[in-house]
Amino acid sequence: MIKVNGKSAEEAEGSILADFLEVEGYSMTRIAVECNGEIIPKAAYGERILKDGDCLEVVNFVGGG
Amino acid sequence: MEMKKELEMKKELEAERRIPSREEFKKVMDERFSPEIHARLSSGRIGIAGLGGLGSNIAVMLARSGIGCLHLVDFDYVDLSNLNRQAYRVEHLGRAKTEALKGELMQINPYLEIKTDMVKITAENAVDIFSEDQIVCEAFDVPENKAMLVNALLGHRPDVAVIAGSGMAGYGSGNSIQTRRICKNLYLCGDGITDAGEGTGLMSGRVSICAGHQANMAVRLLLGENEI
Repeated sequence: MIKVNGKSAEEAEGSILADFLEVEGYSMTRIAVECNGEIIPKAAYGERILKDGDCLEVVNFVGGG
Repeated sequence: MEMKKELEMKKELEAERRIPSREEFKKVMDERFSPEIHARLSSGRIGIAGLGGLGSNIAVMLARSGIGCLHLVDFDYVDLSNLNRQAYRVEHLGRAKTEALKGELMQINPYLEIKTDMVKITAENAVDIFSEDQIVCEAFDVPENKAMLVNALLGHRPDVAVIAGSGMAGYGSGNSIQTRRICKNLYLCGDGITDAGEGTGLMSGRVSICAGHQANMAVRLLLGENEI
């Protein structure tokens, strides 16, 4: 089972993180991705394959400050 | 005779307006909590990335809390459009935010150490700029810059804690602004969704609430409380 932002995302298993994020409609320049307690470096998005047990949090920043 | 009296009164007034000593500041801070807590706060150091609505208010709150060293970073100048929510005044218009804010903080507590860097933070220089800060408050305006800083710092420094802000525009309920812990060293304050844009401007109330969340989390970390 893979969890993304608290919801199960079984379809994501085996996907490359970058592809998954794109399909989900995230803007790559506005996000930070945490997986199993660590921030995934931007450079690793294209290599990281989502596997069973991964728990992801995608932080999508909005403007204002 | 009259003139002498006036002079004496003037002198008395001046004496009342003198800047309190370091010891006097310490005494009132110790009385509020304990000397131990004040000692931890006064030996703390916090970096603030961006000195707008979030950053300037965070800095004021942390200065009032007696944080010993604040590291202020921004490249911008104070503009009239900032005065609706940022901790500046008319006399600061056109001045560098770093210097204007430093002046304000020195009026709150002249014994704090205020370090300033007037520079634009990028993915390339972020790690260097904050290399001496264990806690960094992300206080940018543009979402791409927020993400850049979080990724740059947490991608390279496992020892740093970042307290970011996202979602504080408009005048929706203040109760929707919260602090979340995303992972061990990333905290996120805000409602997470309300973007600043056409028709949804930034207002003092919600921006200050978010700044308050960030400042409070920074104080908690300095005092050894890691949970939200």
